[in-house]
Amino acid sequence: MSAIDRRPPVRRYEHGSRVPGWDDAVDLTKPPATVPDPATTPVPEELRRAIEAEMAKYPDARSASIPALHLAQRHHGWCSPEAIQQVACVMRLTPAYLTSVASFYDMFALQPKPRHDVYVCTNISCSLLGADEFYDAMCHAAEGHGDIGVRGFECLGACDIGPMASVNGEYVGPLDLDDARLIVEDIEAGRPVLEHKQLRRRAVADAHGRVEGFDGIAPVGQEDAVAGSPVSGPVNPEETP
Amino acid sequence: MTQPLLFDRIDEPGLNTLPVYERRGGYGALRKALAMPPEAIIEEIKQSAIRGRGGAGFQMGMKASFLPKGEMAKYLVCNADESEPGTFKDRELMQKSPHTLIEGMIITTYATGIHHAFIYIRGEYQLQADILDAAVAEAEAAGYLGENILGSGHSLRLVVHRGAGAYICGEETGLLDSLEGKRGNPRLKPPFPAIEGLYHGPTLVNNVETLGTVPTIINMGGAEYAKIGAPGSTGTKLISVSGDVQRPGNYEIELGTSSREIIYGLCGGPKPGRTVKMWFPGGSSSPVLLEQDLDLAYDFDTLAKAGSMLGSGAIIVVDDSHSAFEVMQKVVKFYAHESCGKCVPCREGTNWTHKFLARIASGEATPMDLDILASVQTQIIGNCLCVLGDAMAMPVGSIVAKFRDELEAEIEAARERANAMPAVETEHLVAIGAH
Ligand SMILES: Cc1cc2nc3c(=O)[nH]c(=O)nc-3n(C[C@H](O)[C@H](O)[C@H](O)COP(=O)(O)O)c2cc1C
Ligand code: SF4
Ligand code: FES
Repeated sequence: MSAIDRRPPVRRYEHGSRVPGWDDAVDLTKPPATVPDPATTPVPEELRRAIEAEMAKYPDARSASIPALHLAQRHHGWCSPEAIQQVACVMRLTPAYLTSVASFYDMFALQPKPRHDVYVCTNISCSLLGADEFYDAMCHAAEGHGDIGVRGFECLGACDIGPMASVNGEYVGPLDLDDARLIVEDIEAGRPVLEHKQLRRRAVADAHGRVEGFDGIAPVGQEDAVAGSPVSGPVNPEETP
Repeated sequence: MTQPLLFDRIDEPGLNTLPVYERRGGYGALRKALAMPPEAIIEEIKQSAIRGRGGAGFQMGMKASFLPKGEMAKYLVCNADESEPGTFKDRELMQKSPHTLIEGMIITTYATGIHHAFIYIRGEYQLQADILDAAVAEAEAAGYLGENILGSGHSLRLVVHRGAGAYICGEETGLLDSLEGKRGNPRLKPPFPAIEGLYHGPTLVNNVETLGTVPTIINMGGAEYAKIGAPGSTGTKLISVSGDVQRPGNYEIELGTSSREIIYGLCGGPKPGRTVKMWFPGGSSSPVLLEQDLDLAYDFDTLAKAGSMLGSGAIIVVDDSHSAFEVMQKVVKFYAHESCGKCVPCREGTNWTHKFLARIASGEATPMDLDILASVQTQIIGNCLCVLGDAMAMPVGSIVAKFRDELEAEIEAARERANAMPAVETEHLVAIGAH
């Protein structure tokens, strides 16, 4: 952690909780947006189908709002007004409702965001091991790369590889300061990021769990996750019943 | 420990796929359970006396028996949100042996007459969610999920639901709102989820590890399982150890193992030359313990008696190279960011505490202010809708109490530094969360 520096005095009554924008000015003369009309709201066919598939999974279709926002964010790059409008149209909800949901969760961007997400954990366990310095190095390394967004994040559930980061969802660690540059290079080259430091390759710490020859979980992509497809590394066919 | 139950050879290549899991006897417990009357399964779970592994430590068998009997829309929700700082055990289990969890969930739904189940997994766990999706598809194809499972007449639909980044969705009622497609604000209790939960139906919420232990309990028998561990804390526990230790990671221990054995024996302790300054025994929400507490047995009741808690089983070790103030700042920033904002003591209390620490850092506080800091914490505890507020107040209160001298010295040092510096412009704030 960095040494304590002289910080400016802090304004009182500023909120950090999950109530962003609660005191923003609203235009009270503007009528609230209603559930979008399918006739005037074009929704890309692929997105519509994916959202409808999510809705079909639940006894109450509204449960699909988070999965649907994930899909829309992936499609549009962020939860843009257009993206929200399209989800609202398919799910028959108001844009205001979906905006309120999206604004609650850290992974949804209500402002345009860079294409690549680098979440650097700066929570307690990682910061004991130098996460704040790594965060600074990562910001520095990403300077001038407009498509890489670096964000400090709360505990990502991988403190065993601290300091760590999630790069487009791939967990990597323990990181040293040089890794910041390598992460940027791997992203820009379209390569798997820091392959030798990926969590998926890591053996369990407990000696009882160890098995000779473990070389990690093989990549499981969205497209692999279909019925019956094995998703992992070597399975010896001879031994399979 | 004599016999690992959940982590036994968990790194076996391909264990996350059905053929390898079955080859190792997987889904044997399900077959055994389906041949038993449902009540007998609840009885076994009760006899095992297994306490919930998610944080609160409530007995699973007891909670399951609160669910109304008979045919109605009831739900099982597996809490895989795992966002308590320091906790990463469910991740290892889901990633390497997802069928253990799925099998446990099928048995639990059979025992309770539930036909709809969900795994609410935190959105950041993308690999693990993909693995679960694939495992659920395998289980469906093999007839372990769906209609008339293995000819038993029991049917179950299991959905993997991804969250989107919010610690509060680990709190069971916040999780239920989130699963209903809303902002994840906790609900007023009672009614408890077992009576009125998801879609107003009776709902059993359990942690990944709790549900993942059910096949073991069925295989061993509840009474046999209860022989493992300590009185009041039966069984083995997956623990996540992180921070200043040489071998961080997940370990399976028998409850009641000495904490020193865990931190020094299994994890190698802090780096050579360093000593344990403080440790969180159960995630960042647990009051801190000191070096002198290392000989405490690691189980629910012993840690509670020592004024802390076992929580999620996440041990965070802080060595003597760090100041108590830094630790407090990190902890507080987290809770201020994660407070859902629904109730005042938590929303204002966490944010006030965060800003107060910034005042200390900028040299504006006096040692007497520590009393105000401590008293604010006591006003948060017990006055919130859920325990997120307490989860900040407890560790902060314990750090103020145990490191008072050091904090006073820190305050004085910050004042001196500030006085030595020229005045600066004071417009911007210390932002929370977004950095
Ligand atoms: C703020 C907060 C966060 C929580 N986070 C989690 C979590 O991430 N995972 C979990 O299993 N339980 C979490 N819990 C505990 C749950 O509310 C609930 O007690 C637990 O899921 C019940 O399962 P168990 O009886 O199997 O432990 C959290 C509680 C609170 C108050
Ligand atoms: S205690 Fe905090 S997190 Fe819990 S309901 Fe109240 S404001 Fe929300
Ligand atoms: S503190 Fe960084 S992953 Fe948990």
